[in-house]
Amino acid sequence: MIAEAGHYALVLALALALIQSFVPVIGARLRDPALMNVARSTALAQLLFVGASFIALVTLHVISDFSVANVYENSHSMKPLIYKITGVWGNHEGSMLLWVSILALFGGLVAAFGNNLPLSLRAHVLAVQAWIASAFYLFILITSNPFLRIVNPPIEGRDLNPVLQDIGLAVHPPMLYLGYVGFSISFSFAIAALIEGRIDAAWARWVRPWTLVAWIFLTLGIAMGSYWAYYELGWGGWWFWDPVENASLMPWLAGTALLHSALVMEKRDALKVWTILLSILTFSLSLLGTFLVRSGVITSVHAFANDPTRGVFILLILCLFIGGSLSLFAARAPSLKQGGLFAPISREGALVLNNLLLTVACAVVLFGTLYPLAMEVLFDFKMSVGAPFYNLSFVPLFALLLIAVPFGPMLAWKRGDLLGVTQRLLAAGVAGLVVVAIVWAWTRGGSALAPLAIGLGVFVVAGAATDLAERTGLFRLPFVTALHRARGLPRSTWGGALAHAGLGIALIGVVCETTWNSEYIATMKPNDVAQVAGYDLKLDGLLERQGPNYREMVAQFSVSRGRDALSVMTPSKRSFTTRGSSTTEAALLTRGASQLYISLGDVTADGAIAVRIYHKPMVLLIWWGPVLMAFGGILSLSDRRLRVGAPKPARAKQRLQPAE
Amino acid sequence: MTRKQRRMTIIGGSLAVLALAAALVLNALRDSIVFFSTPTMVAEKHVQPGKRFRLGGLVQPGSLQRGDNLAVTFEVADGGAKLPVAYKGILPDLFREGQGVVAEGALDANGVFKADTVLAKHDETYMPKDVADALKKQGHWKDDYGAKASNGITPAATTAQGNSQGAVR
Repeated sequence: MIAEAGHYALVLALALALIQSFVPVIGARLRDPALMNVARSTALAQLLFVGASFIALVTLHVISDFSVANVYENSHSMKPLIYKITGVWGNHEGSMLLWVSILALFGGLVAAFGNNLPLSLRAHVLAVQAWIASAFYLFILITSNPFLRIVNPPIEGRDLNPVLQDIGLAVHPPMLYLGYVGFSISFSFAIAALIEGRIDAAWARWVRPWTLVAWIFLTLGIAMGSYWAYYELGWGGWWFWDPVENASLMPWLAGTALLHSALVMEKRDALKVWTILLSILTFSLSLLGTFLVRSGVITSVHAFANDPTRGVFILLILCLFIGGSLSLFAARAPSLKQGGLFAPISREGALVLNNLLLTVACAVVLFGTLYPLAMEVLFDFKMSVGAPFYNLSFVPLFALLLIAVPFGPMLAWKRGDLLGVTQRLLAAGVAGLVVVAIVWAWTRGGSALAPLAIGLGVFVVAGAATDLAERTGLFRLPFVTALHRARGLPRSTWGGALAHAGLGIALIGVVCETTWNSEYIATMKPNDVAQVAGYDLKLDGLLERQGPNYREMVAQFSVSRGRDALSVMTPSKRSFTTRGSSTTEAALLTRGASQLYISLGDVTADGAIAVRIYHKPMVLLIWWGPVLMAFGGILSLSDRRLRVGAPKPARAKQRLQPAE
Repeated sequence: MTRKQRRMTIIGGSLAVLALAAALVLNALRDSIVFFSTPTMVAEKHVQPGKRFRLGGLVQPGSLQRGDNLAVTFEVADGGAKLPVAYKGILPDLFREGQGVVAEGALDANGVFKADTVLAKHDETYMPKDVADALKKQGHWKDDYGAKASNGITPAATTAQGNSQGAVR
């Protein structure tokens, strides 16, 4: 009953989406407010029905109804409740349902909070959202229905892939989808603007908060996924340049560029056509990512689906939307009015450079991702493009970008003074160089690249701090005045500076981890001691334990440094009987920003166990950086000027009234 | 500056960045591309010792031997040919005899493949896509691989020719 209800709700959502696809557009053509307002009700109703459908699937998983194929294939009655819920999106059908649920959520939010949008713009935006939604509802209903029943229901399910039975699955895919799918809003706004043939600074003001929300979630989602891979896959890697990871990185790069170009458009009414194009490209890359992940065209740890009919269907959606939107862009863009002149050396110029480097870096990643596929299809030979490729191509471009980052926010709009900015950044530059010298001396003249990269990271962080200090007049004015000014600074300024600093911090973490990572691999017997990076790790013993749906072998290590006993680490190896597979659960010990990492291998015939121990210096900075970036994003979002309902005069009047 | 000059500056800058990126990509492509081969392809093409490539196939059942200090040797087979592989380190969780594997490394002078990375990267059907495609092309693919494996049964002796049902429990 629940399955049928969920299926039916999804069909109703499709019907609503189809109405929403056409009626508001006709309404806008006829200038009929009633018809245009249909979009608002249908978007909210769609959210209701898709939500119901999603809750139905969650319920089926929670009550372990194995007569539903999706539950049978991905669940097990003994599985802990949290993984019964997260297992809903740990498979193809369920994750597509999550995708459309989030799409409906964003549509619903625009409908609910878009009251201050011009009526026709809102109608068009919601209609475009409905086009996307209809395509994906059809995709789910035709090729990936999660509510299919099995004629002879089995008694027990086949369990979720053990690697996915982790808290990471609860957070990573929803975050990533909130990011991916969130860019559909800027896409819809761009298409609506092209249809209306009208675009101005107000447009950018409406689009920017939505883009920012998507960007924050995507940033956190990528960081979360990277940390998950780091601790779950058992070999301490945090980024593999895997096509599936690239699929999320590309929208992030394009989305970051969009965030910056929308800034120029909002403040200076320039770069309009480019911003529209970036909105289209960013969501196109999200769609491409969905295609790469969901069609199973690439071999990858993440690609859990493998069915060509689905691939062809998504490819059709992809071509339709990308081709359609780019054609519309080509037809309409020339008629959009350009405005806002600026000199090449100016804030605008810096943001153009930012956009240029980000999009080119994104193009490099796109090339590296698609080149092996193209070679295989065209010439029938296989190859892989891995880290060495990106180290030689993506990394230099990104380094250039990072050098430019501190300059951007300090240049004036319209016409900037590069020499003056350089002088003001002198302290930050010196700080960077001092760090280079110290690190280089410390490592006794090892590779010069690592100290230089760390110096660059320090320069970026110090540059962000300099920007704040300049704006508040710290060191120039009395401290109290500076504090007062700091409070008066727009939150978006703080947000921008923090996000830039996060970039530098992440870079320092990446460099430290890759350069000074120590690794120890050996077989150990109880009471053996391993020495890694000044730590002594003694294997106390092995024991067997029974978990809810697995058996695990736990090794206990006592960790000490010098004479101080620090902690106990218990890595384990789990075997899941239902699927006959096993996972390695690494143990982590955090010391400041560094971590000790132990993962287990196989037990040998004489009772010894293979272990892999890493010391990863400063590794946590890799994820603290993005978290800081996301925090900066949230701060910007809370800026009054950026609020979705930008303050109306009436509200300002109310604020003047005495409180209580 | 006139409007035209400004536009030319921006276009010039863009072209410079694009040219830089193109140069970087071409340079990176020259050094860092790794090709995929099966044991049969290695035998046919006489791959030079020391040239890095990815070797894919099935781990020959019964060939896995563990030495001291985590040294392991096993054979990778694709039905047409076999190639001995030496590796030092911990094998991934999903590594099994009779199942698909991809190893990255190079041949040494004795014709042994020295792997520095072993990937048992595969989806829930327990078969790396590269390996599955190579087997299909050579006619050694059996449709029951995916089905059997996804039921949690380990296919063994899957590459022996003329073996109609290789799967054992």
